[in-house]
Amino acid sequence: MTSAIRVRDLRKTYPGRTPVEALRGLDLDVQRGGCFGLLGPNGAGKTTTIEILEGLLEPTSGDVEVLGLRWDRDATALRERIGVTLQETRFADKQSVLETLELFRSFFPRGTAAKDAIELVGLGEKSSSHVVALSGGQRQRLAVACALVGNPDLLFLDEPTTGLDPQSRRQLWDVVRDLRTQGRTVLLTTHYMDEAEKLCDHIAIVDQGRVIAEGTPAALILSLGGDHVVEFAFAGERASMAEREAELSTLRELPSVRSARLEGDGFQLTVAEPHVALPAVLDRSKVLATTLSRLSTRHASLEDVFVSLTGRHLRDE
Amino acid sequence: MSASSGFVELYKMRMREFLREPAILFWVFGFPILLAFGLGIAFREKPVENIAVAVVDVAGADRLTDELRANPTFKVVAVDADEAALRLRMGKVALVIVPGDELEYRYDSTNPEGVLARARVDDALQRSAGRADPRAFRETLVTEPGSRYVDFLIPGLLGMNIMSGSMYGIGFALVEMRSRRLLKRLAATPMRRSSFLLATIASRMTIVLVEVALMLGFGKLIFGMVFHGGVFLATVLALIGAASFAGLGLLVATRTRKIEIVSGFINLVMLPMFVLSGVFFSSERFPDAVQPIVRALPLTALNDALRAVLLEGADLSSQLVRIAILVAWGCVAFVFALRLFRWN
Repeated sequence: MTSAIRVRDLRKTYPGRTPVEALRGLDLDVQRGGCFGLLGPNGAGKTTTIEILEGLLEPTSGDVEVLGLRWDRDATALRERIGVTLQETRFADKQSVLETLELFRSFFPRGTAAKDAIELVGLGEKSSSHVVALSGGQRQRLAVACALVGNPDLLFLDEPTTGLDPQSRRQLWDVVRDLRTQGRTVLLTTHYMDEAEKLCDHIAIVDQGRVIAEGTPAALILSLGGDHVVEFAFAGERASMAEREAELSTLRELPSVRSARLEGDGFQLTVAEPHVALPAVLDRSKVLATTLSRLSTRHASLEDVFVSLTGRHLRDE
Repeated sequence: MSASSGFVELYKMRMREFLREPAILFWVFGFPILLAFGLGIAFREKPVENIAVAVVDVAGADRLTDELRANPTFKVVAVDADEAALRLRMGKVALVIVPGDELEYRYDSTNPEGVLARARVDDALQRSAGRADPRAFRETLVTEPGSRYVDFLIPGLLGMNIMSGSMYGIGFALVEMRSRRLLKRLAATPMRRSSFLLATIASRMTIVLVEVALMLGFGKLIFGMVFHGGVFLATVLALIGAASFAGLGLLVATRTRKIEIVSGFINLVMLPMFVLSGVFFSSERFPDAVQPIVRALPLTALNDALRAVLLEGADLSSQLVRIAILVAWGCVAFVFALRLFRWN
């Protein structure tokens, strides 16, 4: 069985007075089944990648195979087997949910009945409402339903929960989880690390037009060397940069600490065992004859993976 | 269902968007009817107004004034020379008469009213002085339906409506769909793109049929217009015109995703034709030098052809040149539009 998606050395440059290199040699292998996430900050090239995979954009160069087919040869066959949601689509205002789905259903030779697609995304009660009367979350679920009417083997969701309130996000996550269990392949892009962690079986972290890390969420977090993060700051006068750098080397040698970096006015440690590392940190403050102005511990997240790889945060503040 | 690949549902979508939007319904159906009604009332037939003349108050003025007052057409005042000159300049009178052995007529020869007044006054005075007209004649006054302003207006408004309906109904609607990313979303499905185009045009044609029925029905019922058997031919012409303007509508919508920009394009295309193509007044009024351009415009061709079949009872074969103009505009527009069209 061929893989769902196979991409080699994908490049895309948008022409202009200052040409923008959106993709700079991106490789991707997505196996069939399960949910694959492209995680990265805004402008990383996620949408460019997904729109090339959807056949909406021409790559500048590179090799793209989707479901073992190619866009230049098998465009119609491919469109019949994929489902797509764009970052934002506003469907015709004065059509009802059911009418919108019947429209999309009519494009596919085979597929799911419009009514069944509505049930899949939990919009049954809104079936006869006009699109204009739907909330943001309901519109997004309608978009997913429109992507499902062709009963696709491969489903593309571009930033499916961007701009939604927390409750709508969770509802949409439930919809995507259900889809995953039906044996389809789902490819989604997101810049929310919690979304990637909760929904995806496999993740590729994208930054500046390339994949910089890949694996299951657990494996990516494990690659940090420890799955706990300890953040703290020493009380008192702010030390000079050189002093803090020197302190960082000392902290790295503490027991159970896997890595250390400066974070704000303090430090951030990745540790394997917090109950070993925390006493050592407290001892260190005694040695320095000071106290801790703040201290927190938490589980490591994909955000920490991204920060350790790039030195930047996923969401630019 | 797969054979149509979306045509029926796309057609239904376009019709729903139209029928479920009261504002659009008004602009397409209500507004032209109101315009026709207003203009038809404003320019209804009026009897020839009184002809105002001034007689300069010198010797012989009394006799002349009485002579003219015998004819109810003339509204005569006797004033001094300065006052008479002032009234002429202000347009309060069309003609000043200075009595004497030799009458003097003062008037502006570029003012039709002045020329008319001079002819009528001279005629009346010469006859009362004993002139005999050697040629016998009789007059037949013509105010029958077919030659009134409203008869001229209704086909022109129908043509204008077909133009603006196609330009907005297709050009504006497509750009709106592009700005909503709906075009892009549709392009990501196996939808046949020709189905989309055909459905858009078919829905437009459906609406044109209603426009023709409304406009001509209104003209017949409210203004008692008489169509010389040309209603069917006018419908055929309306559909050809709508298809031609649909091409232009598609052409202005090929690239932009901004509604403001496409509105500008639409006005750029339509405004010259509102003026030049004989909607409210005959395009014959423009100088001969520009007539070839005026006649080559699609709206001129459509309006002239509609008037010919509706008012003169012309047959289709006599309108082939005008039909060819419409078809040529449509074909050229479609070829360019399909080549340039962007889905995202």
